[in-house]
Amino acid sequence: MLENIRNSLRGIWSHKLRSLLTILGVIIGIASIIAIVSIVEGTNQKLEKSLIGSGNNVATVSLSQNGWYYDASAGLPAGVPMMTRIELDRIGQLAGVEAVTAYVSRQAWNAVFYLDRPLSYGTVYGIADDFFGTMQYSVARGRNFTEEEYNKGFKVAIIDGNAADSLFYGEDPLGEIIEIQQEPFEVVGVIRDDNAGEKEEYQSINDYYMYGWESGQGRVFVPERAWPIIYQFDEPRSVGLRVTDTKDMAPLGKRAADILNENVTNPDIRYSAGNSEEYADDLKTLTNAIRLMLVSIASLSLLVGGIGVMNIMLVSVTERTAEIGLKKALGAKRRTILTQFLTESAVLTSTGGILGVAVGIGLAKLISVVANLPFGVNVPWLLIAVGFSMAIGLIFGAMPASRAARLDPIEALRRE
Amino acid sequence: MLLELEHIYKEYRQDQLAVPALTNVSLSLDKGEYLAIMGPSGSGKSTLMNIIGCLDRPTSGSYRLDGVDVLSLNDNQLSEIRCHKIGFVFQSFQLLSTETALHNVMLPLSFAGVPRSARRDIAARALARVGLADRLDFLPNQLSGGQKQRVAIARALVNDPQLILADEPTGALDQKSGAAVMDLFEQLNAEGVTVVVITHDGGVGSRARRMLHIVDGEIIEHKAGLPELTEEQPQ
Ligand SMILES: Nc1ncnc2c1ncn2[C@@H]1O[C@H](COP(=O)(O)OP(=O)(O)OP(=O)(O)O)[C@@H](O)[C@H]1O
Ligand SMILES: [Mg+2]
Repeated sequence: MLENIRNSLRGIWSHKLRSLLTILGVIIGIASIIAIVSIVEGTNQKLEKSLIGSGNNVATVSLSQNGWYYDASAGLPAGVPMMTRIELDRIGQLAGVEAVTAYVSRQAWNAVFYLDRPLSYGTVYGIADDFFGTMQYSVARGRNFTEEEYNKGFKVAIIDGNAADSLFYGEDPLGEIIEIQQEPFEVVGVIRDDNAGEKEEYQSINDYYMYGWESGQGRVFVPERAWPIIYQFDEPRSVGLRVTDTKDMAPLGKRAADILNENVTNPDIRYSAGNSEEYADDLKTLTNAIRLMLVSIASLSLLVGGIGVMNIMLVSVTERTAEIGLKKALGAKRRTILTQFLTESAVLTSTGGILGVAVGIGLAKLISVVANLPFGVNVPWLLIAVGFSMAIGLIFGAMPASRAARLDPIEALRRE
Repeated sequence: MLLELEHIYKEYRQDQLAVPALTNVSLSLDKGEYLAIMGPSGSGKSTLMNIIGCLDRPTSGSYRLDGVDVLSLNDNQLSEIRCHKIGFVFQSFQLLSTETALHNVMLPLSFAGVPRSARRDIAARALARVGLADRLDFLPNQLSGGQKQRVAIARALVNDPQLILADEPTGALDQKSGAAVMDLFEQLNAEGVTVVVITHDGGVGSRARRMLHIVDGEIIEHKAGLPELTEEQPQ
C-alpha cells in the first residue's frame, strides 16, 4: 500500500502540470468550503461574543403574536390586562432572579430628530427608575433621570452611544434638545451597555439586521411617565429580568412569561421570553443554514472536479494500456491493478484536498483580517475536507480503475 | 508431463467472420525440455504461445499445465499461474521505460507477494544470472537491445518458474546479441528450466533439442535437434 502511494506520488510529480489542472476543481471546491466554514465559524464566534457577552444575564419578556413582536402602536390588545406590580413582584421572587423591571418600547423609524438629522432606525424606551440597574446599563456621561423626572414624566432623554453618533456626529449631546415624535426632549445623559464589549449591541435578530446596515441607529430612553406625550396611554409593557446564572436565563424567562400569561385570555397574543442566548441560537441556526447552502454549492464544484479526475484517470488508463497488460501478463491480479489505480486517484484528489485546505485557510485568514472577524479554523472540518476529497478520488476513480483491472492482457500487449 | 494440449482449436472473431488461427494442435512437453516452434508468419505461433502462457483461452480443446486443468480456472487463478509457474519473454522486451533494470525485475516479485525487503536481493541475483550484475540501476533506454532482452529474461526467471516462454526473443536483436540470448536459454535449460522458444531463424531453431513446425494453424512436422528426443511424445 505504502509502495502504491509512493508510486502514485511519483506519478503525480512527473506530470506536475497535468496533475495540477486535474485537481484544480477539487482544490477550488475544498478551498471554498474551508473558507466558508471558517467565515461562518468566525461570524458565530463574534455573534456569541457580542450577543451573550461575558456574564450577560438579562432576559426580556414581551408580548408576541404568532411568533413576532406584538405591534405596540395598536395599543393594549383585548384579553391582555395591564401588567401590575403584583406580577412583577412574583417574578422578582423567583429563585435566581436578581432584579426585574417593566418598560414600554417602540421601534422608531425617523421618529427622533436632532435639528434636521433623523435617527433612521432605533428604539425608544419608556423606563422606570429600576431599568438601568436591572439591565446593567450605566451612565457614561451626564446623569440619570432624577426621581422627580421619573415620577412626573419630564421631557428628558438619555441616549446610547450609537444614537449619539448618529444624531450628533461627535458633538456633545448633553443639554441639546432632540425631537421625539415632534416633542422636544432634553438630552441629559449618554449610557453605556456594560454587557456589550464591542460597539455593536444586538438585542434581537432585528437589531442584527438593522444595526449592520443602517447608518442611523441607536436607543433613546425617556421616563415611562412621559410616554403618553409621544405615543399613547396603556401600551403593552415588557419585562426585563436579570438572573444570577446565565444558564438560567432561558428557563427563568419562560417562568416569568408563564406568570404574566396567567391573566391573558387572548389566545393569539401571549407573553414570551427572548434572551440574547436564544437570539444567538437563532442567528446561529441562520448562519448554519447559510453555511449548508454555500457548502452545497461548493460541493458542486467538487463534483465537477471529481468528473475531471475520472476523465484524466480514463486517459491515464488508455495511455498505460501496455503497462497494465504487461503487469497482468506478469501475474498481477485484477485486485493489484484496481488498487494501483484507486490509490492513484485517491492520492491525486487528496493532494488536491490538502492544497485546497491550505488555500482555504489562507483565504479565511485574509477575509477575517479584511472583515474584522475572529479567525476560526475548525479542525474536524479540515479532516472531513481531506477525507472527502479522498472519497471523491475513490468514487470517481472506481470506473477507470475497474476498466484497467479488467483489461485483457493480450489485447493490451498487442496495442503498442 | 508438464503440459498437455489436446485438440486445441482457436478462432478469432473479426466482425461476424471467424478467423481460425489454430485448427487442431496437440502437444505434450516434459519437464526440462527445450522446444523450438517455427513456422511462417501468421501461422498461429503467437496464438499458441499465448494459450500455453495462460494469457488466452482456446475456443475448444483441453490444456493441462502441471496437472491442472487451466481452462477451468478464473482470471485470478490464471494470474496466479502466470505469476508463479510461467516466465514470459516478449519479442519487444516490454520493459517499463521509467523503471530501472532492477525495478523491472522486481515487478513479478511484488505480484508474488515477496516481502519488499527481500525483493532487491532476489532481483539482483536474477540479473547476475543473465550477466547484468553491473547494470542494476540502468534505465531501459540506457541499455542495448541484447541487454534489454536479458533484463526481460531475468524478469521471467525471477519467480523461479517451471516454464519459460519466449515469443521471438531475438526478433529485435542483431545476430550477435541474438546468439547471446539463445546461449542464455540453452544455459538455463541446462540448469533444468523448461524452455519454449518461437523463432523464425532456422539456425536458432536447430540449437533446440526438439523442434516443431506450425503451418496454417497445424503442427505439420517434428524435427529432431538431438537424436534421442525425436518422438513427439516421449514415453
Ligand atoms: N486479435 C486477433 N483478431 C483477429 N485475428 C487475429 C488476432 N490475432 C491473431 N489473428 C490472426 O491469427 C492468425 C495467427 O496469428 P499469430 O499472431 O498467432 O501468428 P504468428 O505465427 O505469431 O505470426 P508472426 O510470426 O508474424 O508473429 C493470423 O492470421 C492473424 O491474422
Ligand atoms: Mg507472433
